[in-house]
Amino acid sequence: MLTPVVDEDGAPFWGYAAQGELRVQTCADCAEPRFPPRPCCPHCQSFASEWRAVSGRGRVWSYVVPHPPLLPDYAELAPYNVIVVELADAPRIRLVGNLVTGPDAPINSLPPERIRIGARVQVVFSSAGLPQWILERP
Amino acid sequence: MAVAPDTAGIRGVTGIKDATAIAGIGQTPFARQLPENERTLACRAILAALDDAGIAPAEVDALASYTMEETDEVEVAKALGLGDLTFFSKVGYGGGGSCATVAHLAAAIATGQATVGVAWRSRKRGSGPRPWKNTSVQLPTPAQWTRPFGLLRPSDEIAMLTRRHMHEYGTTRDHLFNVALACRNRANQNPAAIMYDRPLTREMYMTSRWISEPLCLFDNCLETDGALACVVVSAERARDCRRTPVYIHSAAQGLPAQHHGMVNYWNDDPLTGPAWTAARHLWKHADFTPDDVQVAQLYDAFTALIPLSLEGYGFCGRGEGGAFTEGGALESGGRLPINTGGGGLSEAYVHGFNLITEGVRQLRGTSTAQVPGAATCLVTAGEGVPTSALLLRS
Ligand SMILES: [Zn+2]
Repeated sequence: MLTPVVDEDGAPFWGYAAQGELRVQTCADCAEPRFPPRPCCPHCQSFASEWRAVSGRGRVWSYVVPHPPLLPDYAELAPYNVIVVELADAPRIRLVGNLVTGPDAPINSLPPERIRIGARVQVVFSSAGLPQWILERP
Repeated sequence: MAVAPDTAGIRGVTGIKDATAIAGIGQTPFARQLPENERTLACRAILAALDDAGIAPAEVDALASYTMEETDEVEVAKALGLGDLTFFSKVGYGGGGSCATVAHLAAAIATGQATVGVAWRSRKRGSGPRPWKNTSVQLPTPAQWTRPFGLLRPSDEIAMLTRRHMHEYGTTRDHLFNVALACRNRANQNPAAIMYDRPLTREMYMTSRWISEPLCLFDNCLETDGALACVVVSAERARDCRRTPVYIHSAAQGLPAQHHGMVNYWNDDPLTGPAWTAARHLWKHADFTPDDVQVAQLYDAFTALIPLSLEGYGFCGRGEGGAFTEGGALESGGRLPINTGGGGLSEAYVHGFNLITEGVRQLRGTSTAQVPGAATCLVTAGEGVPTSALLLRS
């Protein structure tokens, strides 16, 4: 499986995720959250930022179910789901992820028929430090 | 609607409007696999376009291409015996740059930086590897936020927007089929198209394999080898060339605020992509409106880009792009015949350059699916990435 090729701006996100925390880069001057991480606030042009913890709750904004041809590791698990989650605390922050049956479950563990746009989800973390998502009401 | 081309205003407020024209087009055959390499194919297409215009290679002083092009200006100029180049430009973002190549040449010629410009595209995507399989190359998308989760291919990235469009607006798979069918029907009229002899039915579409749900096989463009080129000169010069000039009436690029290429999920309104931005500039500088467009060549790497483009370029309201495709609207004789050579879905996927040459054929009156008397044509580049568009007129 592919692992994140981390850059300087994104490194804190992955560092917190490895500790089981979901944090979002936020402007230290105007408090506007932003994603993906970047050096400057597009709202007020401040270079001061902090990593604010969020509740880890959200809703499914959209989803897809990829089928082969795919990279070999993913083809083995296909069809699987990929979702975009809109965070409850910051609706314009949307994270790409997978909806799974529990922490460390494979990306094809939840049948695609059970996925609905708008469904409430909660973050969990894989042992590899990737954020994953489970249904709030399974 | 038809206004005499005004070349006197080149340096006035009219900008590039009708100041330049496409005087020649050329292409190689299209196939899943061609024996020659990209450089050779590029040279063949460019020579064909210059011959079509009746202009000698030594007169070319400007070149424009777009990224993911394997053949560079130095190789082309040297191999073909072009003159001294005083303008060359390479536009970013792959398929979003097709129309911008012509726009850059038009601007260069209208402002006196060059006199004869060539834009081209050469690809071996049919016999070559899939770009998304090269995981060591960082695409212009921030792959760390998407690829580990299995969002690997452009098809997956656009399917995400498609599903949301279906959810918000009731767009259906039948709407996407209408797009695929219109392109296939036109390809069935075009002997140069890869799908010339391969009709498509609704049953074939609905029972085909998934690529990334909700997109199936027929929602995805072809994998093609081939090259194309076109020649841009001043409107005045074009009137002395071999062919009827096709005037570049308006041109625009579009990179919206807070946009994110391919995975535009992170701004306020992910379903209003680069088409909206390009369209605002395009229409602001045009003498006509979407109602006056008689034929359109809309970038179709995926069927789902067509509803988004119809909305973005103002042919219908927000969210109405799916419904617009109903009742044969995109077919010959419909409200807006599209991709009359077959497009990327059924003629050839050469990063949209075949849409430019087909737009020229329509305005010359030589398309294999000619819209009677067509005098205006919209051509667009890839939606979903920083894009570009052209309004052409005869
Ligand atoms: Zn700020």
